[in-house]
Amino acid sequence: MKKEKIARRTLLQAAAMSALGALIPGASAQQAPPEVWADPTKTPGVPVGKLGSRSPFERPEKKASDISARSPLQDFYGIITPSDLHFERSHNGVPNIDPDKYELLIHGMVERPTVFTLRDLKRFPALSRIAFIECSGNFRTGKETMTPQEICGLTSQSEWTGVMLSTLFREVGVSPKATWFLAEGSDAAVMTRSIPVSKGWQDAMIAYAQNGEAIRPQQGYPARLFLPGWEGNTNVKWIRRIELSDQPFMTREETSKYTETIRGGKIRQFSFDMDARSIITYPSYPQQVMRGWIEIRGIAWSGRGKISRVELSTDAGRHWHTATLQEPVLDKAHTYFRYLWRWDGQHTEIMSRAVDDTGYIQPTLQQLTAARGTDMGGYHLNPVTAWIIQRDGTVLFKPEKFR
Amino acid sequence: MIRILTVVMAGMSVVACHTTPAGPERFGFGRPATQQETDSVNISIAPDGKGLPPGEGRTAAGRAIFIAKCAPCHGPTGTEVAAYRLVAPMGDTSHVKAIGNYWPYATTLFDYIRRAMPFNAPGTLSNEEVYHLTAFLLSSNQVIDSNTIINAHTLPAIDMPARKLYVNDDRRGGHEVR
Repeated sequence: MKKEKIARRTLLQAAAMSALGALIPGASAQQAPPEVWADPTKTPGVPVGKLGSRSPFERPEKKASDISARSPLQDFYGIITPSDLHFERSHNGVPNIDPDKYELLIHGMVERPTVFTLRDLKRFPALSRIAFIECSGNFRTGKETMTPQEICGLTSQSEWTGVMLSTLFREVGVSPKATWFLAEGSDAAVMTRSIPVSKGWQDAMIAYAQNGEAIRPQQGYPARLFLPGWEGNTNVKWIRRIELSDQPFMTREETSKYTETIRGGKIRQFSFDMDARSIITYPSYPQQVMRGWIEIRGIAWSGRGKISRVELSTDAGRHWHTATLQEPVLDKAHTYFRYLWRWDGQHTEIMSRAVDDTGYIQPTLQQLTAARGTDMGGYHLNPVTAWIIQRDGTVLFKPEKFR
Repeated sequence: MIRILTVVMAGMSVVACHTTPAGPERFGFGRPATQQETDSVNISIAPDGKGLPPGEGRTAAGRAIFIAKCAPCHGPTGTEVAAYRLVAPMGDTSHVKAIGNYWPYATTLFDYIRRAMPFNAPGTLSNEEVYHLTAFLLSSNQVIDSNTIINAHTLPAIDMPARKLYVNDDRRGGHEVR
């Protein structure tokens, strides 16, 4: 029975990889409308159950391609991403791992090479932290009919719980001469990244829980590396091995993939930190607005620290105003912002820019191009993005050409 | 007096909130890893060649394996499918990032092919097959000539053409856009 299930799952994955699979995410749009009771006070309600569910009227969905699925940023009211809507990126599918057989090996330049079971990891003092994870390839542009999800939905935020890697480093006795460690996943890509040991001592975590429950398989069940503020790819999921070394391993991911071309034909490597960024999620395409008061809403975040302010322009960048930040404003975390605006019904452009506590101001695409050259690569693009408000109240993305 | 006490107590409660009993240097959780089990999962290859197994690869043998096991995704010469293109020598005008014009270390080829390829049957190639494929891809990208034998000694010594283009991240936050 179990075998059959797995076989079916594999088939489904195969289907998702095919061009036909691209049609599947749209399928739910044709679902029948939910059943409505004429008067809910006159009909006994649904009895209590073992699992909660969304209202059938609410259908937020990840938008999936064959290698990733984007979070529906426009559907969120706060800073926590519901776990089933967390963005997803894998390099050869989501593995199916038995938690009782799971082991994490830490070896290399350590005094005591050690194997930790999941139970072992959970016995150590734990820590919880709310922070985002964002893919460094998180930017799409090109047409006016794009949603926040399509533009930059490869970012999500959870409360992550686990054991600090520094605790495990002390446990195994990491050599003071070790400068890098390799993090290796147990997926079909056996995905690897080299990470400076200093990050391991600073704030890295082996996380086994997400938003109060076990990590979802799509986010690394039963355990993943969590590196607050660093590009998503380094947060190795399904982690099975950590090897301490005195050199980076120069894996495929950190050389041929997660590097970016910059000015002068150079290629920038080990670009770990995610720079500050923001996006207005309301109003955004394909929403419609009416003249009068509009509360502009969105999220801002920085991999280098806290958001210190978010600036808003409602006149295509000529004047800027300070948005209200919703508490809590956390380190390396999505921060919700709001700005009350009275729209006079004229054609305009609205945009936000984040400022973090290092003084970094979210750049425009032109500033990024000026700094990195016209051949700049597709990673670490965090430009200010604008929405066009048309006189009839339709909202369109303002795509900008950069190559 | 009461005021002083209140201040002192307030101070104590702040201290109490931020202090947990100091943990031991080690908890003794987990079990020692044996050399044998470490060796059985340690498949990483360092750029200096550490971790490379015995064996050797040749271009001709690699071409045959490539056509049989890799061509379905990458095309028979590694140039036919833009998204999965592997072959583009330095100076190539196709504007794709491939091994010859982008990869900085030759050892990465062996490491990655062995751990992740073929995509539909990862981890099924023998070390010898991986060496052959590495030789084929390096010669196709005009990094080596087709008679060069690839092994644990020759592979890390290869100077990849794109290596000199690599620089470390220089973004530092603050006012400057980089």
